[in-house]
Amino acid sequence: MLLYATRRFGLALLILIVAVTVMFLMIRAVPGDPVQIMLGPRATPELQARLTAELALDQPIWKQLLIFYGNLMQGDLGIDVFSGRSVTEIVFQQLPHTLWLILGSITWSAALGIALGAYAAAHPNTVIDRVTAAISVSFVAAPAFVVALLSLLIFAVNLQWFPAIGAGEGFWGRLNHLVLPAFAIGLSWVGYIARLVRASMLEVMGESHIRTARAFGINERRVVMVYALRIAILPVVTVIGVGMGFLLSSAVFAEIVFARPGLGKLVIDSITTRNYPIVMGSVLISTGLFVVSTALADLINAWLDPRARTAK
Amino acid sequence: MTDTLLEIDRLSVDYETARGDLKALRDISFDIRKGEIVGIVGESGCGKSTLISSILRLTAPNTRFRQGEVRFKGEDLLQLPERKMRDLRGSDISIVFQDPMQTHNPVLSIGQQMLDIQHRSKASKAEKRARAAQMLGAVGIPDPEARLDQFPHEFSGGMRQRIAIAMALMSEPDLLIADEPTTALDATLEVQIIERLQELQQQFDCAILFISHHLGVIAELCDRVVVMYAGAVVESGEVREIFHDPKHPYTRRLIDCDPGHIKERARVLPTIPGEVPDLANLPGGCIFRDRCDQAMPRCASQVPPLAKLKEGHHAACWLNHEEAAE
Repeated sequence: MLLYATRRFGLALLILIVAVTVMFLMIRAVPGDPVQIMLGPRATPELQARLTAELALDQPIWKQLLIFYGNLMQGDLGIDVFSGRSVTEIVFQQLPHTLWLILGSITWSAALGIALGAYAAAHPNTVIDRVTAAISVSFVAAPAFVVALLSLLIFAVNLQWFPAIGAGEGFWGRLNHLVLPAFAIGLSWVGYIARLVRASMLEVMGESHIRTARAFGINERRVVMVYALRIAILPVVTVIGVGMGFLLSSAVFAEIVFARPGLGKLVIDSITTRNYPIVMGSVLISTGLFVVSTALADLINAWLDPRARTAK
Repeated sequence: MTDTLLEIDRLSVDYETARGDLKALRDISFDIRKGEIVGIVGESGCGKSTLISSILRLTAPNTRFRQGEVRFKGEDLLQLPERKMRDLRGSDISIVFQDPMQTHNPVLSIGQQMLDIQHRSKASKAEKRARAAQMLGAVGIPDPEARLDQFPHEFSGGMRQRIAIAMALMSEPDLLIADEPTTALDATLEVQIIERLQELQQQFDCAILFISHHLGVIAELCDRVVVMYAGAVVESGEVREIFHDPKHPYTRRLIDCDPGHIKERARVLPTIPGEVPDLANLPGGCIFRDRCDQAMPRCASQVPPLAKLKEGHHAACWLNHEEAAE
């Protein structure tokens, strides 16, 4: 298990390096002189030259990359051009808000989705199953931005149950502010996970080891919850791991619609102003988040499934 | 008879399908006495699997019990409430399934699974574990205590089947159903498993219902044999009787087809020509008629009853009746 974990995280690091390098090159390929956009049309040539040198934009691209990685090793993501603050500090200030949002969404949607799916699979082709199917499909089909706007309108403006904007203060305040955005971006995941769990469960329930468990008189609840669900959950864990990436992108507009601080909002704001260091910093952190979450999903799978541990 | 353990009495089972009822079992009757080994032989699709799932009542949802009883210690299992039926499964009646590679849960350790099936026992976890290790030892798994923590995929096929047998015998059942337990294994392992079953049967004194299409294994292991064809019993009796003096043409052909019985080197292995009749649309008369080389006009019109030929030998064929001699 330890060996597997080491290897998996080694792979994750490799993926991260490749992804960050590609991002670095792509952002340099965006047309327009970043210095001019950042400083505006009235900047003096001296000022432009100073900033160019500061960002090392006058160096060849491979050297820029080396400088970037060199600084990264020391935890230095550069300096924000406008405020002069450390990018690392800015990004890590925003990160918790996004993490909260993503974890909140995935927790409630996975819990509800797995419960619905397992329940439907335990009663296949009954009214309950069909109702669950209808609910899941409509959840999957609902675009997150529509859900976000509608829930904002209904629960924040009309009913005034939850706050409409901001991130809140203190644990309960944050939680309260989290409800609507997490609901909006998690909803389609409920349906998706429910469908996945149901299909996976039905397949597992047909396997012969389930018949064996029943033939030994093990009670049906234990057969479903332990003997079947533990296997049926495996593909779901993988999907959730990859889903973190999708949630990161949904988080971008959830943060805009609900005017929440967070990585997504930070990225959008800094791209429009060509604030390279901030863009690189936040992209690096989001990529890292994604790579770590897929690696974690694999590790959880290996922990749940002994076959995966020895196979690799 | 007081020492009868399981009595299948005129059991008929259908599967409801889109193209009509599939008559999977028709009028099945036989019994198993305490401590006896009874074999069931027949080709694939003859209803062997339906029969065992009916005994355990682990049938598919489209199964319909049309008539008959499955009496276990005098009680009709088909009438038992689900709760009481579940109490019998894995305690009084145990089963070893066909495919050892699929029979264990892949994500739970063998020890966990062997602990789980002792759910009725009041023993402590340590005692249950010791019992599990003891059973693994009894079926010849080396170093059982340590291997309890391993997962099914870390065992070979033969070992997994022995573990399945250990699990089935752990509760010291009165009846062990073995559903082709050696079919998925190679020949040397087959002998091992059979010998192990024989030993354990004597040690635990349980009756065994042994399902196989391997006649050699049946002859070696069983006291009595039931020959099934297309969902019906065509012949039943003592092993020696059946093998030395088969009274049904199907049994005879089956014995002829067994590679173990072919004396000379043969280029082509003998087979029984023709196909099993469509169970959804059964022809009248004898079910084996179309494949039988001794068929008579009477076979087309009347179903031959399973008649007692002598003590402990029954067959369903008109050839055994007076008229055939003419």
